[in-house]
Amino acid sequence: MAQQEESEQQATERSLTMSRAMVEAIAHEMRENDEVFYMGEDVADYGGIFDSTDGLLDEFGHDRIMDVPISETAYIGAAVGAAQAGMRPIAELMFVDFFGVGMDQIYNQMAKNTYMSGGSVSVPMVLTAAVGGTYNDAAQHSQTLYGTFAHLPGMKVVVPSTAYDAKGLMHNAIRDDDPVVYLFHKRLMGIGWMPAPDGPKTGVPKDDYTIPFGSADVKREGEDVTVVTLGLHVHRALDAAESLADEDIDAEIIDLRTLVPLDTDTVRESVAKTGRLVVVDEDYRSFGVTGEIVASVAEDGLADLEAVERVAVPDVPIPYARPMEDEVIPDTDDIADAVRSAHRT
Amino acid sequence: MVGVSELHEMYEEMVTARHYEERLQEEYLDGKQPAFDISAGPIPGELHLAAGHEASGAGVCQHLRDDDTVTAPHRPHHIAIAKGVDLKRMTAEIFGRETGLSKGKGGHMHLFDPDVNFACSGIIAEGCPPAIGAGLAAKKRNTDSVAVAFLGEGAIDQGAFLESLNMAAVHDLPVVFVVEDNDWAISMPKERVTDVENGAQRAGGFDLPGARVDVDDAVSIYDAAKEAVGRARDGNGPTLLEVQVHRRMGHFMGDPESYRPDEDKAAAEQRDSIERLAEDLRAHGVEDTTIQESRERAHERVEEAIEWAKDQPEPDPADAHDDVFSNPPSGVTESDPSAEVTGGDD
Repeated sequence: MAQQEESEQQATERSLTMSRAMVEAIAHEMRENDEVFYMGEDVADYGGIFDSTDGLLDEFGHDRIMDVPISETAYIGAAVGAAQAGMRPIAELMFVDFFGVGMDQIYNQMAKNTYMSGGSVSVPMVLTAAVGGTYNDAAQHSQTLYGTFAHLPGMKVVVPSTAYDAKGLMHNAIRDDDPVVYLFHKRLMGIGWMPAPDGPKTGVPKDDYTIPFGSADVKREGEDVTVVTLGLHVHRALDAAESLADEDIDAEIIDLRTLVPLDTDTVRESVAKTGRLVVVDEDYRSFGVTGEIVASVAEDGLADLEAVERVAVPDVPIPYARPMEDEVIPDTDDIADAVRSAHRT
Repeated sequence: MVGVSELHEMYEEMVTARHYEERLQEEYLDGKQPAFDISAGPIPGELHLAAGHEASGAGVCQHLRDDDTVTAPHRPHHIAIAKGVDLKRMTAEIFGRETGLSKGKGGHMHLFDPDVNFACSGIIAEGCPPAIGAGLAAKKRNTDSVAVAFLGEGAIDQGAFLESLNMAAVHDLPVVFVVEDNDWAISMPKERVTDVENGAQRAGGFDLPGARVDVDDAVSIYDAAKEAVGRARDGNGPTLLEVQVHRRMGHFMGDPESYRPDEDKAAAEQRDSIERLAEDLRAHGVEDTTIQESRERAHERVEEAIEWAKDQPEPDPADAHDDVFSNPPSGVTESDPSAEVTGGDD
């Protein structure tokens, strides 16, 4: 912990976008370890559609920053095979929505081979993917789907919300001996053509550092209502908390940072204090993250719970037109309303 | 041999498609100046324009009827126009309006017009399996309808395409696969992703006929498609066609194309299938004034569609909750057997 505080001090020296922070971690690991390589569509010459590999080709060349055919089954499965052979591949799905094309390799191979082999095989790979909407790209290019990966056993699931976390979690992901699904929100990356909110660009230490999986981050301390969220909605929840402060409602904002493993202790401790739980999520409402968080609190701390609210995408595909997309993706007002409602109870 | 009236029809469709893309580009960029923000302006989200692909849509769809099915990829407008999709409602969809083909739910990558059996999808090669399904339905029902799946050359490495070729071949399905080769899969030139120079060679591995049209020319594509569609309609099974087209714009609007050599883009702009077809028309004795009238009609049609679309209301936010199911669970009521028994007595 002391090490992390020290790192945070160095961080004040410069600030990076989330994409630069991710790339810095990948470059560092590639310099340190020849077994690390990156495969994906448009990751080399283009630098990643969402800047996830921007500049890496220049340093590492096409052998290690590999553009692949549009063949998700083949190259994700190839990453599984290379990982089992002892390498540390990173495979990128351009949009998480494309997971369906190669899903068998993801959930029947990557996620299960360790277990099915009785632990004799490990799959030390990272699967990165862009997630999220808010820019009207419609039903096949706007989902988050992290609840789907977290539901299926055998994958660690990482969802950074800031540059600082993105770098530390990426170092950890590449060094981890298990498959890690690393989901970055397009709106947070700091891409020129998709302006990010202010929050994700943070101080980032130049040196490498890790953020342990399963450690949620209390972004804002508060006494009245616990808001549990992740990804883009960390920033929307913080905005909501600021406006609620004017109404004397003191919200505590928790960024989960990883879904698998899930830091239920931090959530339960907060709810023990506030008694009120609001879970905010850009994934679909039913059978997903919001239900899981509520259930995990209820199992061990039912007596603490005075109010529960869920804010998520209703169970519809993401619509294209602006008024309808705005309707289904939770915004700051939706979060504030839910917190007010929980606070009244 | 293609007749002059068909040449003329194709020409007008191609001019319509080109002008449509150029006008959508203008509308799209409106509101995204000076800083390009993908979520701003009258058309938000990704926009994949097909300027330079027109000969493919026109040359192939010239042989199709309304009851024939077409599936298109993420770059669909020229194909939709050639297939006879309602241009006004398609445009309203692209502008996200209530009267759009999908009431604003789909957007430009997800256009559906059941009246002419047209659909498209934003996931690479994923239109192939539904196309063979349409072919299967036609075969089972003993109709002479056919299905055409359009895809880009980057899609020929996808399982969905390869599996569809095999299934179409083994069941002799009335399907034509049309690979539009524009040389680029976003930033990837094809020689870096496949050792096969000619995508039609993929046909050989599945024992079905394959042909490639090397020139970006509507008449050549028309001729090749005539044979392929005729084969499907006559019950003689599937064909794989690859046709050379050109990508005159970025993969999507906002694509910096920094990976693309300037000379490649300049060459794409020079090989204009529309000009080539105008020359064919002149060679058939069509007057310049007639050609010009065609152009004007096409432009007018596009302007009318855009004007109409922009005038349409935006959807109600609450509409987002409808249409998940054709038969919504909340609307399900248990049938009452006693009602059926007594029903006929009234």
